[in-house]
Amino acid sequence: MAADRAGRLWRRLWRRPPAAVGAVVVLFFLGLAVGAPWIATSDPQRSDYGKIRKAPTAANPFGTDDLGRDNFSRVVWGTRISMQAGVFSILLAIAIGVPAGLVAGYRSGGLVDQLIMRLTDAWLAFPFLILAIGLVTIMGASLTNATVAIGLAATPTYIRLTRGLVLSTREEDYVQAARALGAGGPRTILRHILPNIVSALLVQATVSIPGAIIAEAILSFLGLGVQPPTPSWGTMLNTAQQFLETAPWMAWWPGLAIFSLTLSFNLAGDGLRDLLDPRDY
Amino acid sequence: MLDFLVRRVAISVVTLLVISLIVFTGVRMIPGDPARVMGGTDADAAGLAEIRQKYGLDAPIPVQYLRWLGLAMRGDLGESIRTRESVVWTVARKLPITMELAGLSLLIALAIAIPAGVFSAVRRNTVWDFLVNAASLCGLSVPSFWLGLMLILLLSVRLHWLPASGFVPPWEDLGANLRRMLMPAFVLGAGLAAVLMRQTRNSMIEILSADYIRTAWSKGLAGRAVIFRHAFRNGLIPVVTILGLQTGALMGGAVVTEQIFVVPGFGRLIVESVFTRDYPLVQGVVLITASTYVLVNLLVDLSYSLLNPRIRIGGGTGGG
Repeated sequence: MAADRAGRLWRRLWRRPPAAVGAVVVLFFLGLAVGAPWIATSDPQRSDYGKIRKAPTAANPFGTDDLGRDNFSRVVWGTRISMQAGVFSILLAIAIGVPAGLVAGYRSGGLVDQLIMRLTDAWLAFPFLILAIGLVTIMGASLTNATVAIGLAATPTYIRLTRGLVLSTREEDYVQAARALGAGGPRTILRHILPNIVSALLVQATVSIPGAIIAEAILSFLGLGVQPPTPSWGTMLNTAQQFLETAPWMAWWPGLAIFSLTLSFNLAGDGLRDLLDPRDY
Repeated sequence: MLDFLVRRVAISVVTLLVISLIVFTGVRMIPGDPARVMGGTDADAAGLAEIRQKYGLDAPIPVQYLRWLGLAMRGDLGESIRTRESVVWTVARKLPITMELAGLSLLIALAIAIPAGVFSAVRRNTVWDFLVNAASLCGLSVPSFWLGLMLILLLSVRLHWLPASGFVPPWEDLGANLRRMLMPAFVLGAGLAAVLMRQTRNSMIEILSADYIRTAWSKGLAGRAVIFRHAFRNGLIPVVTILGLQTGALMGGAVVTEQIFVVPGFGRLIVESVFTRDYPLVQGVVLITASTYVLVNLLVDLSYSLLNPRIRIGGGTGGG
């Protein structure tokens, strides 16, 4: 039955070509991330001082960088970093934000709700990127810390969203019925409310993952994320900035990779929102 | 109305207090002794004791927090470790530059987004609408720092039309100032334009299908009068909300944009203070940023009542 549903979803997706293209490209990048060792066979960290900042050739289709490393290989391996940072940070935001939002929404108006919401308001007042920068300052610059910082910076959005969804779902007849039948708080939340708000949370996740990917690239670009020599799109662009006049190809490919990945996520997310919008049925 | 005002201001005050608590705790969570952090690596034991005494670091944490909060409210955020300048003064010198940048990018964003959004709503489901949507989606997805690099590559390196970086104060040479600000302002405004375009389109579509618009049409009013006199004003309300919420993104974007175009503003100050581990400066800058965001959104909420009289009357009942 699940396969049947997936098939139906896929057919509906297919009727929205932009969303289908987006989904395919996201899957393509996922393939790159997983298959990096087999796709980019040359070592992304191996320098070749005879090939410093060479324009694209058949051997190095994306050219080479300032240390003579193969840019193609670095872009492909960079996919792993970006995907990892994008997905894990949002998973962290969901892991903290959704339970907090469920509790706040279910006990709305209570002390716990007030506490959670005032904290969320304050947390939301820090601009996303500046909060992430501040957190990395405290924790130190690394991929893991950047991922955690981005996740924590994205958390309040999920608290707000979940709480709002719980508030609107809580008054539905089926939830009232469950409670009338004697279901307790945890059971009502987990069995009756959560399944009905999952799709909205899923749509939000597809919208926030590209944001998180860009945020990781920005942190790495500023030198606050992934540290060299690990290949990441942000650090590649940081280096490329110094050689814009002599080696512009160093800036093309990592940027194009971020752009196409985030664009595809957004296209797929738009499609998913249309699909899951109940008004559509 | 008064009820709404008081409630809204009270919530902002609580939020600001929690923000100050978060910032204070955040800086205390930096591993190591704060006195050592402030004194730098070459401070000796006597120097550390002096710093502890001077900043009251020997007092209990709650006392330290209250003392810090009291000073902050009087506009004293301490001094930069590196330059020994007061944090408030440093920020006050950098902020106008970023405000010019943000103001210009806001102008650019509005000049692109409002006409495009209204146009695509009126021409809904045509090729034009599709193109506007595609442009907006690209604007949302393009990483600003890459857009900046590509523009430098095209307009400075290849065509030599605009200088790639630097800053000239407007009172010295306004033309040179604007030529240097144009690219960063466009880069910063592109993402905002994309968001505003979507919002304008969606809210105009919703308004254009409302009953009173149909009435206006059926009265035989000219298309322009209906769209601008009747629909536009109401369609603008959600756009103003988004604008308030986007100030945060604008401030975050300024960090990146100023870094690329070497604009010596507030955003560059943040990155510099992080890299030089200038904690009082980081603390002050983050506190000021968050407070600005809260105040801007307070103003936005209050400005609704000017745009929409219904909120003025029924505002007190909104849930929070």
